[in-house]
Amino acid sequence: MKKIDFKELVYQFHQDMLANKFTLVYEGEITHQITKAFTTLAENKMDSYSEDASVKKKVFHVMVECLQNLSKHAEDLKILRNNGYSGSGIFIIGKVGEEDENYHVLTGNVVKKTKVPELEAFLDKINSLDKDGLKELYKKQMREGTLSEKGGAGLGLIDIARKTGEKLEYNFIDIDDKNAFYTLRTKILKK
Amino acid sequence: MKNIAIEGTKYTPEIKSDIQKGEIKFYGSSYPENANEFYQPVYDWVDKYFEQDGNKALTVNFFIYYFNTSTSKCFMNLLEILENNHKKGKKITVNWHYSEDDEDSLDSGEKLFMEIDVDFKLIPVNKI
Repeated sequence: MKKIDFKELVYQFHQDMLANKFTLVYEGEITHQITKAFTTLAENKMDSYSEDASVKKKVFHVMVECLQNLSKHAEDLKILRNNGYSGSGIFIIGKVGEEDENYHVLTGNVVKKTKVPELEAFLDKINSLDKDGLKELYKKQMREGTLSEKGGAGLGLIDIARKTGEKLEYNFIDIDDKNAFYTLRTKILKK
Repeated sequence: MKNIAIEGTKYTPEIKSDIQKGEIKFYGSSYPENANEFYQPVYDWVDKYFEQDGNKALTVNFFIYYFNTSTSKCFMNLLEILENNHKKGKKITVNWHYSEDDEDSLDSGEKLFMEIDVDFKLIPVNKI
């Protein structure tokens, strides 16, 4: 096994985080405790530079829904972990834009390839809709609500798109025959 | 029958009822670990309340700053219970209070009531 140079690794992490303006990076199991801790951390941080209340609320909302979506996939991922995959998801929050005035939340987690077409179709549908369309889809999802129960991503994703007014940037990276790595990026822009 | 009295936390609202006045009140933010489990006692309380003789009216006051999408489903369940009782002739009033400067809170309230047939008011307040 190759010997790891930890001092290099830590320094590299440090530099990468600063270069990408990431303020928080977490990889692992997402629990309610984690959700509470991260949202409190972000709130305190935003309070420290008197962030606008409506932006603060949007960031908070996106964080809660993204963390919840990650945690709802945790069961699948525990099984996967025994097969060699580590962690149940990665969660990143950072600043973006020239003046560092905007935020983005990035998540990544392993999904079964069989679930990808449905998820992709759902994300594309959300991205194709305007404000009124999203409102209608939200109502429909609220009444039916099955996807949300099973996939844990229904209402949350629609609501993120509605509240931020931004398209959801997503991607699926091949891991092996059965699994893919699903990444999602949400922007919260100051307007 | 007992009143419901749940103290609030950072992520769950305070919930208090007053059988004498015919009122139940929600105050705070809501993103519980398990929203269904958290709101079950509320559904049970409302069912029981209307089963009691003489309880013909209920006012539901929401003072909610923030709630997540799992909670919105629970609020919808609660509103459906209220709607059913309204159909049975009970008098239901729902007041959604929102901070004047918080568009999101007003929007969330409106969204909740779109599909439900109960009397509701959107009431601006200074601060939640």
